[in-house]
Amino acid sequence: MNPRRLFAVVLRQFYLIRGSVSRLVPLFAWVTVDMALWGFLTRYLNSVSSAGFSFVSTMLGAVLLWDFFMRVMQGVTMAFFEDVWSRNFLNFFASPLTIWEYLGGLVVSSMATSTIGVVSMVLLATLAFGLSFAVYGALLLPFVLILFVFGIALGIMATALVLRLGPASEWFVWPIPALVAPFAGVFYPISTLPAWMRAVSRLLPPAYVFECMRAIVLHGAVPRLGVAAGAGLCLAYLAAAGWIFARTYRFAVRTGLIARYSAESVS
Amino acid sequence: MDSRRILSVSALRKDFAGVRAVDGVSFEVRAGEIVGLLGPNGAGKTTTINMILGVLEPTSGQVAIDDRGRMSFAAAYAPLPGNLTVAENLRIFALIYGVRDIAGRIEVLLDEYDLRRFRDSKAGFLSSGEQTRLCLAKAMLNAPRLLLLDEPTASLDPSVAREIRAGIKRFVGDGRAGVLWTSHNMHEVEEVCDRVLFLSKGRILLEGDPRELPARHGHKTLEDLFVALAREPLSL
Repeated sequence: MNPRRLFAVVLRQFYLIRGSVSRLVPLFAWVTVDMALWGFLTRYLNSVSSAGFSFVSTMLGAVLLWDFFMRVMQGVTMAFFEDVWSRNFLNFFASPLTIWEYLGGLVVSSMATSTIGVVSMVLLATLAFGLSFAVYGALLLPFVLILFVFGIALGIMATALVLRLGPASEWFVWPIPALVAPFAGVFYPISTLPAWMRAVSRLLPPAYVFECMRAIVLHGAVPRLGVAAGAGLCLAYLAAAGWIFARTYRFAVRTGLIARYSAESVS
Repeated sequence: MDSRRILSVSALRKDFAGVRAVDGVSFEVRAGEIVGLLGPNGAGKTTTINMILGVLEPTSGQVAIDDRGRMSFAAAYAPLPGNLTVAENLRIFALIYGVRDIAGRIEVLLDEYDLRRFRDSKAGFLSSGEQTRLCLAKAMLNAPRLLLLDEPTASLDPSVAREIRAGIKRFVGDGRAGVLWTSHNMHEVEEVCDRVLFLSKGRILLEGDPRELPARHGHKTLEDLFVALAREPLSL
């Protein structure tokens, strides 16, 4: 993997964001709105609930991490969509740029844009609503890493879907976090769900993160097994995503989809 | 591969859902020559170029390139991202193509392709001719050994097209690079190409010097020969 070529993909994304208010503002604006909304909601819930339970630590913290996961996933897909919209595939893939360098560039771009978002969220949640992640200690790092890797994996799978089905299928991509959320237990314990939904939850790394967060806050327990399961699963998703993208790219090269990729190439 | 051969295509074939787009095409491009790939719409020119570029997998056959990292291409149907400036586009592709002195090379190409005044303009705001010049500048970033040009002057006015042709001929003239050039402009082909390949229904029907081929096949001009081949490919 050539770092200069990977950097070129990242630089392309930097140039786009630097030169466009409509790309720059959403990096932090919507997450800030989200934090304000959930911050006030959790503050209200704290005021009406029985003493001793902090919705700020559990719910606001979970919402923040969930937003982070969504930003990571959308960071990958948005960087990919820029090439879809500007019909740049032929120029990129007819060059020495490999698909792994290209994917690496999308991931690094996503790291940069999601970091901007998460910093905005943490600042607002900490300063305005008193959110503290201190209760999670060092486990916060694996939580963040699991959500990051799963976000990258879903982002790569989503790009493979759009590469395979064409640009119009981007509308399949936007609702993915909303589809995952009910199973991930962001806002409520997994035990609330019916049996079939709990079975799906067990396949989703974020479900382990949010269950672990609740276990720490409510019971002071450190669920190492849950963290390990989440970590193992997200790595499996990442490997699957890489395999799916490579297969899809190979299909696109075999059928000529890359060369004639356009708004009407949905198949 | 002999030292002057920079592209060797042998028995190349591509089928799309039962339709044979390219049917056993074989040819070479040597350093110092411009080879024209001619043919009517749907003859298989762009499909052949896409297989050489590696963005389309052949059904069978082989493509051998002397130095794939030093291959480059430009086509009017593949403009650079319109939401980046001219300089940004060139910088990004210079990184991808491993150009060493990126700033210096961009300055040279901005002058060579008359793009200096558009340096900080978004590529999408350029005219189609200016965008084509930008694509050509991108293609020249890595001083390619093999340059694939798919109708490079299609949207250029005659004076700019003439300058571009002269520039490419100068570039090839030093004997280090070769060009595969598709065009529907037969006057351009006669002026630029050392050798042409006539493609029809995925097959090479004729090959030779564009200045000699018409007379050899009973036609006055290359355009007459092209029209005859397009209408009756099996008559020759």
